[in-house]
Amino acid sequence: MKHLLSIANLSAQEAIGILDTATELARINDGQIKKLPTLRGRTVVNLFAEDSTRTRISFEAAAKRLSADVINFSAKGSSISKGESLKDTAMTLQAMGADAVVIRHSASGAAQRLADNQWMSGAVINAGDGTHEHPSQALLDAFTIRKHLGKGSKDLQGLHVAIVGDILHSRVARSNILLLSLLGAKVTLVAPPTLLPIDIEKWPCTLSYDLDEVLPYVDAVMMLRVQQERMTELFFPNAREYSRYYGLNSQRMKSLKQSAIIMHPGPMNRGLEISAQVADSARSVITEQVSNGVSVRMAILYVLLAGAPLEVGSI
Amino acid sequence: MSNQKYILKDAVLPNGDKRDIAFEDGVITAMSESLAPSSQTVIDVKGSRVLPGLVDLHTHLREPGREDAETVLTGSRAGAKGGFTALSAMANTSPVADTAGVVEQVFRLGQEAGYLDVFPIGAVTQGLLGESLSEIGAMADSIARVRIFSDDGNCVFDPLLMRRALEYVKKFGGVIAQHAQDPRLTIGSQMNEGEISARLGLKGWPCVAEEAIIARDVLLADHVKSRVHICHVTTAGGVEIIRWAKQRGINVSAEVTPHHLLLTDDLATSYDPIYKVNPPLRSSSDVQALREALAEGIIDIVATDHAPHPTESKECEWQEASFGMLGLETALSIVQKTMVDTGLMDWQGVADRMSIAPARIGGYENQGQEITVGSAANLVVIDPSKNWQVDRDLTMSKATNTPYHGHILPGVITHTFFKGRATVIDSVVQKIGEVH
Repeated sequence: MKHLLSIANLSAQEAIGILDTATELARINDGQIKKLPTLRGRTVVNLFAEDSTRTRISFEAAAKRLSADVINFSAKGSSISKGESLKDTAMTLQAMGADAVVIRHSASGAAQRLADNQWMSGAVINAGDGTHEHPSQALLDAFTIRKHLGKGSKDLQGLHVAIVGDILHSRVARSNILLLSLLGAKVTLVAPPTLLPIDIEKWPCTLSYDLDEVLPYVDAVMMLRVQQERMTELFFPNAREYSRYYGLNSQRMKSLKQSAIIMHPGPMNRGLEISAQVADSARSVITEQVSNGVSVRMAILYVLLAGAPLEVGSI
Repeated sequence: MSNQKYILKDAVLPNGDKRDIAFEDGVITAMSESLAPSSQTVIDVKGSRVLPGLVDLHTHLREPGREDAETVLTGSRAGAKGGFTALSAMANTSPVADTAGVVEQVFRLGQEAGYLDVFPIGAVTQGLLGESLSEIGAMADSIARVRIFSDDGNCVFDPLLMRRALEYVKKFGGVIAQHAQDPRLTIGSQMNEGEISARLGLKGWPCVAEEAIIARDVLLADHVKSRVHICHVTTAGGVEIIRWAKQRGINVSAEVTPHHLLLTDDLATSYDPIYKVNPPLRSSSDVQALREALAEGIIDIVATDHAPHPTESKECEWQEASFGMLGLETALSIVQKTMVDTGLMDWQGVADRMSIAPARIGGYENQGQEITVGSAANLVVIDPSKNWQVDRDLTMSKATNTPYHGHILPGVITHTFFKGRATVIDSVVQKIGEVH
């Protein structure tokens, strides 16, 4: 594995290798000294051509806990905002000797363009490209689900996950549909018809327009953020109506199984797709997703830069 | 006009007949099974097909304004290399070709280059803005004698404006070439809408955005009894609407590009914007429907939509990249590959779809004539039995954005003659004209 661009390029075995490595590394994160020397002398660049504090600091923490040198290259005030091309940015990073580039970009396929061209030689990690994919988010979501519901299993066989909301524009949804189904889970998408892509019937998942019909049967429900701009693009009449049909509130939460968990990739619109009570409830694993994110991103960097998954029990 | 005299020995005509063809002073002077040369230059073309010089109704020559991508001269040279003896320069230049001054400039640049006829296309609306009619009459009466009007790149979306344009060009037998794209259904669109666009997270471009405009415009053309030409049809549904319109006797013609006869939307999975084009590459079932429609004549012609762009416009993220691909130098080979070698069409069909029919639609004199004594000596010689490899670094075009780089294509164009003068000899473009 040279790059992490899309879940579509991963085998189940490779995905499980990353999750297992993350499980090992999580023990460091729980310990007193949260640092390993593994990537000492290696340089990781966070190239964030689109604003994202959460993902950037998660990758930054992950790289630092593996002792890598971290350079942050963000959109605002950088050469990217001055119209520098992706190619020139990449060649600059190459000249600076980046071993890995974590890229967040508003253009779908930007990470793949970086990896496919001869502009730079380092590993490319897709930290979210347009409305395409967000593989590290899917891996941390799978990690979280496995930890809570996996019962010691390596994969997610037999579990049922609902992904609710703006599937059309969600890179988190795309990566999760691929990864969860790769690991054996059943995936149901719940959204108004306007927020589902054309030809989605061909994807490895089932569909529903009715959240209430789906909730009693799932083991995990993943709520997606509704972007502000969707309000003005005719996808639904207004925020209240969206919330009424597709928001997860305490009333709806009651219909979930006892064991079911509630997830959200953040940042949340409290009161829109998820109520404050649900977000703060005992079933919510939303803040745990954030801390798992660091372990999983450490695992991604480890596997790509150290060249293999970590042996279980080696730390 | 050239004073050179040629005999093409053992030429195979589009209909399969073998003839020697003699021409001088720009006109075919003799044809028979064997001509004895006197003072002529004899070119042995045994095994090759000789077709009437190709006529393109849809070429972006970029001059004036984007001479970094293409000029009338470089585009003319690319056209000659591809077997063309006439190109139609699209109006979306800078300034836009919406006045007699601009179309006359482009026309003159074409004459100075001297490789082929450059027929300017006039804009339908001022500045291509879709708000008010451009000086259509003045362009028609100019020395450029414009007969085709198009806002290509933009759709003439306002139905009232489209109606008026269709009516107005009746005065001189003109035609409106519509870029059929509903702008509201394609805001920010990047590629064909379907399973692949959904997977790639690239904004979809639905077939219905094209088909809805085709349907509207054939009905408008019927109502005002005028003539509409549909640029670059890409969908099976569009073909069905045009078939229906022709059955009703509506005066509609349509074109398909070589790339829409060959390439499909799954190429976007590379995110390489070399495959980004407007209208977008569609599914393989659309490609099949387009091929069959061209063979049947529902789609009348092949037009290249040759769209040169500088390197930096394609060496970037997909959504940042410009739409369009080169087409002139590869068009005939792609048509051989997709239509002739598949058995869908014979060479007479190729001559019709790439020369005779486009010249008729454009009203281009001395172009698209049957190869016979007295016709203009606008000819192309292609050896269908030979292959060649496309190399973007060897294009005559100023730009390099060909989607076929590295492809092995059938059909080597060895000679092109424009008004009896060789613009291409042994596949090498000759020096023509005064300014070089």
